[in-house]
Amino acid sequence: MDIKITTPLTKENAQKLKAGDIVKITGTIYTARDAAHKRMIEDYDKTGKFPFDIENSIIYYCGPSPAKPGDTIGSAGPTTSYRMDAYSPFIIKNGQTGMIGKGDRNSDVIEAIKKYKSVYFAATGGAAALISSHIKKCDVIAYEDLGAEAIRKLYVEDFPVIVVIDTEGNNLYETQRTKYKTL
Amino acid sequence: MRDINVSEIIFKVKNMCSPANCILNSDIYNSLKNAQIAEKSPIGKEMLSQIIENADIAKTDNVPICQDTGMAVVFVTIGQNVHITGGSLTDAINEGIRLGYTQNYLRKSIVKDPFIRVNTNDNTPAIIHYNIVEGDKLKIELAPKGAGSENMSKIFMLKPSDGIQGAKNAIISAVETAGPNPCPPMIIGVGCGGNFELSALLAKKALLRPVGTHSQIPHIKQMEIELLEKINRTGIGPQGLGGNTTALAVNIDTYATHIACMPIAVNISCHVTRHTVCEI
Repeated sequence: MDIKITTPLTKENAQKLKAGDIVKITGTIYTARDAAHKRMIEDYDKTGKFPFDIENSIIYYCGPSPAKPGDTIGSAGPTTSYRMDAYSPFIIKNGQTGMIGKGDRNSDVIEAIKKYKSVYFAATGGAAALISSHIKKCDVIAYEDLGAEAIRKLYVEDFPVIVVIDTEGNNLYETQRTKYKTL
Repeated sequence: MRDINVSEIIFKVKNMCSPANCILNSDIYNSLKNAQIAEKSPIGKEMLSQIIENADIAKTDNVPICQDTGMAVVFVTIGQNVHITGGSLTDAINEGIRLGYTQNYLRKSIVKDPFIRVNTNDNTPAIIHYNIVEGDKLKIELAPKGAGSENMSKIFMLKPSDGIQGAKNAIISAVETAGPNPCPPMIIGVGCGGNFELSALLAKKALLRPVGTHSQIPHIKQMEIELLEKINRTGIGPQGLGGNTTALAVNIDTYATHIACMPIAVNISCHVTRHTVCEI
């Protein structure tokens, strides 16, 4: 059974999600990847502010391809998450409750996830054209000079993800790999 | 001598960029379809279904299969009787990439300097490998490569005493370390022999070989078959979410090497391994 959630994602609702849950997200999420994360932290150090409201937010690690005329967005699948590991604990500490990406996270991120009740979701890597069909609005809201890496505010409907690391630190990558390993 | 004008090269390269990124080659597509049937994990099966559906949407709508439309890797095989006229061959290839990426809504993913990291905004420069052969033909192979999988690649400078078993262990360890990060199911290019830089180039070239084909060298073919079987028992599965489809192919290319050397390069690629060819 798919679980439908809406944003903002409160800590209370985050704690109801368990590793392995298939989730459909409706609401506002924000794209940010390598360069945007670096700049967000640098800006916060200078100004004490993030470029959008981090409290109960979901960040999607994504740098979409350009939209064709008449389209909302180009192809928009997830990028590999571990490159954001250096920045994520600080953002989680400041209230971020959801991250969407693909691939492993380090122990610092997992500890922050547990401590501050955040959730790590995976979207299907390389299914970028399929994922785009769930993105209904897209506006660049910060760092436009970064091109594909600019921060975009997206309105998504039934955006398909799977819970990989839940608020208790259960990790679907580990449990599933062990289950199917025969080597 | 046969003259080829750069304008023809620019035109051909430009026109390869969109199909390379929007149409999944049939060898990979068919392999994914077979894997979807054979996959034991329900989540893995669902991931493969999404990947196949995505490839169908990308082809129908002429949009990139993956948002990462890669760094343009170009293999040029040039006959020694070809005379390029009207300008530089390298400039012509880069111009073709620039036009192909900017006119077809493909992502510009290249930064000029690895530390300062300002985007060049036209996806150039390409990485171009030249090979000179006999004849009067010019063959251009475009293989845009995404970075999520590229980052998981490795070179092992093994010792001769490590033997073929050492090489197999190294290759499997590279795949196990990569885990869910490179968007499995992966395609694994391996270069064995040569030296440090040639092993990496062999591994990259091995990715151009269609899924389901094997090395002509019997013991290397055997190694490819055995490694694919073992890699599919690591449990990683589609998207790293568990299952028996971790890789679609292990393609190994070899070269002569030094008496002291046994370099093994593993170039990991994703299920969107791109490759288009043209000949002038």
